Amino acid sequence: MHSAIEGIGLAPYLSIGAILLVLGVFGIFVNRKNVIIILMSIELILLSANINFVAFSAATGDLSGQVMTLFVLTIAAAESAIGLAIVTVYFRNRGSIEVDDITMMKG
Amino acid sequence: MNWTLALPEIVLALSGLVILLAGVMQRRGQAFFSCAMMTLLALVVTGILVVLSPDGTGYNHIFINDGFARFMKVLSLTGAALSVVLSVGYAREMEIDKFEFPVLIAFSTLGTMIMASSGNLMTLFVGLELSSLSIYILCAFARDRVTAAEAGLKYFVLGSLASGLLLYGISLAYGFAGTMEYAGLQQAVRGSAVLPAGLMVGIVFVLVGLCFKLSMVPFHMWTPDVYQGAPTSVTAYMAGAPKIAAFAVLLRVMAGPFGSMTPQWQLLIEVVSAASMVFGSLAAIPQGNIKRLMAYSSIGHMGYAMIGMAAGTAEGTRGTLVYLVTYLFMNVGAFAGIVAMRRKGRAVSRISDLSGLGRTDPGMALAMAVFMFSMAGAPPLAGFFGKLMVFYAAINAHLYGLAAIGIVSSVIGAYYYIRIVKIMFFDAAAPALDRSPVSVSFVSVGMGLVTTFFVVGLGPVATAAQAAASALFR
Repeated sequence: MHSAIEGIGLAPYLSIGAILLVLGVFGIFVNRKNVIIILMSIELILLSANINFVAFSAATGDLSGQVMTLFVLTIAAAESAIGLAIVTVYFRNRGSIEVDDITMMKG
Repeated sequence: MNWTLALPEIVLALSGLVILLAGVMQRRGQAFFSCAMMTLLALVVTGILVVLSPDGTGYNHIFINDGFARFMKVLSLTGAALSVVLSVGYAREMEIDKFEFPVLIAFSTLGTMIMASSGNLMTLFVGLELSSLSIYILCAFARDRVTAAEAGLKYFVLGSLASGLLLYGISLAYGFAGTMEYAGLQQAVRGSAVLPAGLMVGIVFVLVGLCFKLSMVPFHMWTPDVYQGAPTSVTAYMAGAPKIAAFAVLLRVMAGPFGSMTPQWQLLIEVVSAASMVFGSLAAIPQGNIKRLMAYSSIGHMGYAMIGMAAGTAEGTRGTLVYLVTYLFMNVGAFAGIVAMRRKGRAVSRISDLSGLGRTDPGMALAMAVFMFSMAGAPPLAGFFGKLMVFYAAINAHLYGLAAIGIVSSVIGAYYYIRIVKIMFFDAAAPALDRSPVSVSFVSVGMGLVTTFFVVGLGPVATAAQAAASALFR
């Protein structure tokens, strides 16, 4: 088997995946401003898993990881479409998409 | 290859599409009722096909049909059908009677069925997302209400985070085990003396993602807000089928692929279960809104159901399955009562709105009292038998601490359930509630009878659960 992964090994790919995951999670929890940034962070998390899938798939020579990547891309598209729709509905009712304003219900 | 293995799923998917088409063809305002009835029919037909479907694995090992999958599918179809019935009267009064509503419930149920039959981490993820994405939309379905939009947004953000973590866990498990199939994972885990750290991390991520869907402590923060804000019939659905499917996946993955490393994950499950039971019973006490109270109550119930899983035996799994059956019936019944809480055409959801219901509407008050006593675990109602079976399994598996925590927290929990009964029967009467729609009374009375006389059906249910559990632990 000959693949690009043999040149530099698996570690750099997994590191990028892990960094993207951490960025995404922090983007959701630290961000206090805008819901759109949260949507972007969710995409980052899904893509970090995709990088892992592709890297593992190339390293082990097993194709199912790449098939999974295609599924994840489709699901991510559906998810962001639904997310944007919900944000639009929320904005129409509330007139704001600040994260700090999402506090109608508490307790 | 035997393609008829997934016939129930194929039928449900196709009928979902057909109903969508039928809804578009009809005139506005009339489509909802006929689409809801067609969805109900599709769910019933699918249920019959599930019962008749053969055992086996198909589609290149990504799809498993066995006794366990059938049991879980029938449960989640029942939950979905009951919530469609609840929606019929409710949606019109809430002005959310659009024909997409029942179709989304059908698609979400399809996702839960795929989860229950998953033989591969890929099927698991696709099924989970199909069910979750439909529920995100359903939560925000009452789009002119700010609380519904907020519930949808909160559920979407936190749910997507959980799916993302689950997916990351799947990617690690795939990479370090070299396969996504449960059978392959099982071999990889059994074969290695020391588990690779990456595989362990992956399993923990998968657990976290599923615990989020089950609203277990410490991943419960979304539950009260989403339960309160979403339309009540959606809440009734959300508390049923998706949780059953998440349990199906959890039980299958933990008994199958990761079954040989039970000692490693057992403590984690025990802690989560104990924390959910204690938190669910303590945090519900100060609540003034009945939907929020039901949210904390369902956090607690998931904790009890998880006791059986922590036992890690076929007996424990049987306990969990029986618990889920009782939970489904009493929960849908209680939500039928909440759906019926309307005064002068407006939905009300404070607990004080129920005061004096024993005089103004004795039938509904009696039904609610049955569900509350059942949730508290009073014999001879359904909830008692579920609790009995999980505690019994825990003691047989030498989990004395967990069983003790469970018993103490169910005593604490009894306080807030019985407080509702006290408010209904002994407090000064509030203005009478509106007459409830026929479909809601039907569900309420039906579930009340099932909950009261559950002991009659306990034998067959326990036998079916036993068969399902032994299919898992073969």
